[in-house]
Amino acid sequence: MNILVCAKQVPDTTEIKIDPVTNTLIRDGVPAILNPYDGYALEAAARLKDKDPEVKIVVVTMGPEAAKAVSKECLAIAADKAYLVSGRSFAGSDTLATSYILYNAVKEIEKVEGKFDFIFCGKQAIDGDTAQVGPEMAEWLGYGQITNGLECEMNGDKLEVLKEGADGNLVLSIKAPAVVTFTKPSFDPRFPTIKRKMAANKAVIEVLGDGFNPDMDDAKIGLKGSPTFVRKSFTPPVAAGGEILKAETPEDVVKLLVGKLTESHVI
Amino acid sequence: MDFRNDEMHEELLAVYKDFAEKAVAPLAAELDEQERFPEELIPTMAEMGLMGIAFPEEYGGMGMDELSYVQCVEEISKKCASTGVTLSGHASLCCWPIFHFGTEEQKAKYLPDLLAGKKLGAFGLTEANAGTDAAGQKTVAEDMGDYYLVNGSKMFITNAAYADIFIVMAMTDKSQGTKGISAFIMEKGMEGFSVGKKEHKMGIRGSNTCELIFENVKVPKENLLGKLGKGFALAMQTLDGGRIGIAAQALGIAEGALDVTVEYVKQRVQFGKPIAAFQNTQFELAQMKANTDAAKMLVYRAANALDNGEPYSILAAEAKLFAARNASDVTRRCLQLYGGYGYTREYPIERMMRDAKITEIYEGTSEVQMMVVGGSMIR
Amino acid sequence: MDPKTKDLWVFVETKEDGSARNVGIELLNPGKELAAKQGGKLVAVVIGNNVQAAVDDAAKHGADQVIVIEGPEYQMFSTDAYATALVAAVEKYGPTAMLVGASVNGRDFAPRVSARLQTGLTADCTSLGIDEETGCIAWTRPAFGGNLMATILCKTARPQIGTVRPGVFKKAEEEAPHAEIIKEDIHVAAADIRTELVRKIQEGAEEVVDLEGADIIVSGGRGVGNAEGFAPLQELCDLLGATLGCSRAAVDAGWISHAHQVGQTGKTVAPKLYVACGISGAIQHRAGMAGSDVIVAINKDADAPIFEVATYGIVGDLKEIVPLLTEEVKKLKA
Repeated sequence: MNILVCAKQVPDTTEIKIDPVTNTLIRDGVPAILNPYDGYALEAAARLKDKDPEVKIVVVTMGPEAAKAVSKECLAIAADKAYLVSGRSFAGSDTLATSYILYNAVKEIEKVEGKFDFIFCGKQAIDGDTAQVGPEMAEWLGYGQITNGLECEMNGDKLEVLKEGADGNLVLSIKAPAVVTFTKPSFDPRFPTIKRKMAANKAVIEVLGDGFNPDMDDAKIGLKGSPTFVRKSFTPPVAAGGEILKAETPEDVVKLLVGKLTESHVI
Repeated sequence: MDFRNDEMHEELLAVYKDFAEKAVAPLAAELDEQERFPEELIPTMAEMGLMGIAFPEEYGGMGMDELSYVQCVEEISKKCASTGVTLSGHASLCCWPIFHFGTEEQKAKYLPDLLAGKKLGAFGLTEANAGTDAAGQKTVAEDMGDYYLVNGSKMFITNAAYADIFIVMAMTDKSQGTKGISAFIMEKGMEGFSVGKKEHKMGIRGSNTCELIFENVKVPKENLLGKLGKGFALAMQTLDGGRIGIAAQALGIAEGALDVTVEYVKQRVQFGKPIAAFQNTQFELAQMKANTDAAKMLVYRAANALDNGEPYSILAAEAKLFAARNASDVTRRCLQLYGGYGYTREYPIERMMRDAKITEIYEGTSEVQMMVVGGSMIR
Repeated sequence: MDPKTKDLWVFVETKEDGSARNVGIELLNPGKELAAKQGGKLVAVVIGNNVQAAVDDAAKHGADQVIVIEGPEYQMFSTDAYATALVAAVEKYGPTAMLVGASVNGRDFAPRVSARLQTGLTADCTSLGIDEETGCIAWTRPAFGGNLMATILCKTARPQIGTVRPGVFKKAEEEAPHAEIIKEDIHVAAADIRTELVRKIQEGAEEVVDLEGADIIVSGGRGVGNAEGFAPLQELCDLLGATLGCSRAAVDAGWISHAHQVGQTGKTVAPKLYVACGISGAIQHRAGMAGSDVIVAINKDADAPIFEVATYGIVGDLKEIVPLLTEEVKKLKA
């Protein structure tokens, strides 16, 4: 079985801070990491491979040359092969254009690796938080999809996915080929091993550059191929802060609070 | 003396850091509070290859060097000194002497499982009446022809209740003093071999420390490690290397303390500003950082000497002496910066201060390190 | 595609019993204003099975028109059936814009719809407006973990589509319905639905956590200390009829399940009262609860950022304050 995992390099958004003077994002020194949700997708693929060593895991990353760090990290964790999609003409792509480029990359990589049975993605990337690229890519491919997966296993010719639903968890099944996106499961993804890390360090990451696929329509990629664009961005206003309740004893503070809440009919 | 990290060291360092932050850090307070061995971490460490970093691949090791191993102990100890010493006790004190002194048969029998982390190692030298004066061994191994009959006990044994393989020193010829001590490989489950009482310690409470008891244990002849009567020298050489591991642990404790303290002083507001803004805070941090970096240079240098095949006994003693004292000093001064909160268990600094103290004591007290270094100077 | 009308659509998601999920009804409120500004009708699109309740609900909350797509294939949500049905309706009527609730299912199938229509989609919006220069919908959403807000336009492709966070907008006051009801006969063959339900997971009652619908939420963070630490919070919840929430730190520590998490990677809530206990108030958490009517923060650290958004703050140990609060509320109820 052939699994493609889409992995993105993202800034660690928990480390991003706002410059109090200029009110802009401080991006310097913010570590670039493997998008955690993509890590869950890779773990799901690795668990399938644990059960069936015949499973091949290929990783595709779209981003600048530096994003090879993420390719290597995935190789160190579980992937067998990694590709980087990187080109100037891809810059400025919104989710629709990005998913179109990735769809073309899937087709291109399949020429070498064979057809992918399943394409696993993180539910969303923590920088953009759109959760759209996976389903949009599935649409380009004409594949079925399951989103918000927690864990999965093969049952006959179907992949059964435990997923978060609107009213609690449920298990859906789907036949290959399909796209599955993953969210945070109850377990932690595995760590890279020293052996795999050493091998990954030496691995060659194949790069799909500008025009990697002659069939790709230039009008559908980059800024010009993107139906949406960012009009403006701004940092959210800082709230003024409310009233700090003070009294002699904790008992009195609590009484004061309950008084305020009952006065305003909140409780 | 060049220990700039190359790319491979840097990448493995990132792996150690990631493991320490995600897997070790969340457990540290609990292990301390409950005096619980980090049992659940061992399979992960094994899977990652951390249990055999600096050993050749032919025995199942990772083929990396002492420097990378030291960085692993350091990163883990930044978050949890108990887990750090669990690894150090296993790798430096059990795997290393088997690798260094063992016969091919012994290496083939024991190293693959140990280095893969399927089995955990321990080392037994100290006895109730033989601490720094290790020559006062009471444990005896009597040659019975087909086997050695071992009787006696060991105390303060790291990893004892969880270890599978033990390097144990015993007297094979009392009349010879230290030259009558031999080393043996013993296995959990040998008849008459049991683990005694668990110590309740001030610090590194997650590390398992127990007594070993030998009552007519029949140890096969092929389990003699190294030459007969060379056990004391073997133990001393093992401890030379072990000291680098403990020095790395001490270094990690100091660095971990500085990490949490820097975060704290930036957040803690007194007199209308973060205490980080006060010059006393910055001066304290600066001095501690400089001292800790100096300790790091010594620790890395000792590891580097071992990797290069240079003599490292003195360097290891210097590294342990300096890094251990620095760990105690830094954790104490960091706690002072925390003030009252630092004295509570809400914050990790008091644990780090308790953990630091042992590094001045085990695997040779600071006084022993000074004897080693001082002795070498006037020789 | 070119729009055929200036109408603005709101997708009204239904439950399996045919009633509307809150978010669709909520979105009729901002939808009305946007439709008016664009000079078109406000159209609710209801997909499901036996959805009279949802249709009535939409009609009572300002819809000018309700398009109903009914069938047993829509009883349980599936990406394929819902995307196919909505695309068919959009192609027939050609609205200029469409709002979809950023619920689990909304975010699942909206990208299929937008990609099939080759148009733009903006995810998880928290504020809506009209861009004066272009007349386009101005979709505003958080990015970079809530550290940055971005306003996004879909300039030429139509319809403009956005998913909008549940709980951000309040339902409009009920009014006398005036909506024209249009039944659309759109069906999807079983063979075209590529997913199959294997089973629903019957979890313990505590696992069905309705944070979005809660009037009161008592939430705990790192300061709670351990899993047992949530017991006093639960007790307060039981007394107040509140729902138990938490911050990401508590989930990451393994003290409580993700189902309870409020914030950027959890649920967005807007209850009447939000009690934050031992939550420092990282921006990611605040992004999920800042819209609450009244926020009470209890934290030992007087400098915790949670106090910046709190209506009332108490600087103190939650382990002391929460039981006292429970006692006080008990007296009140007695």
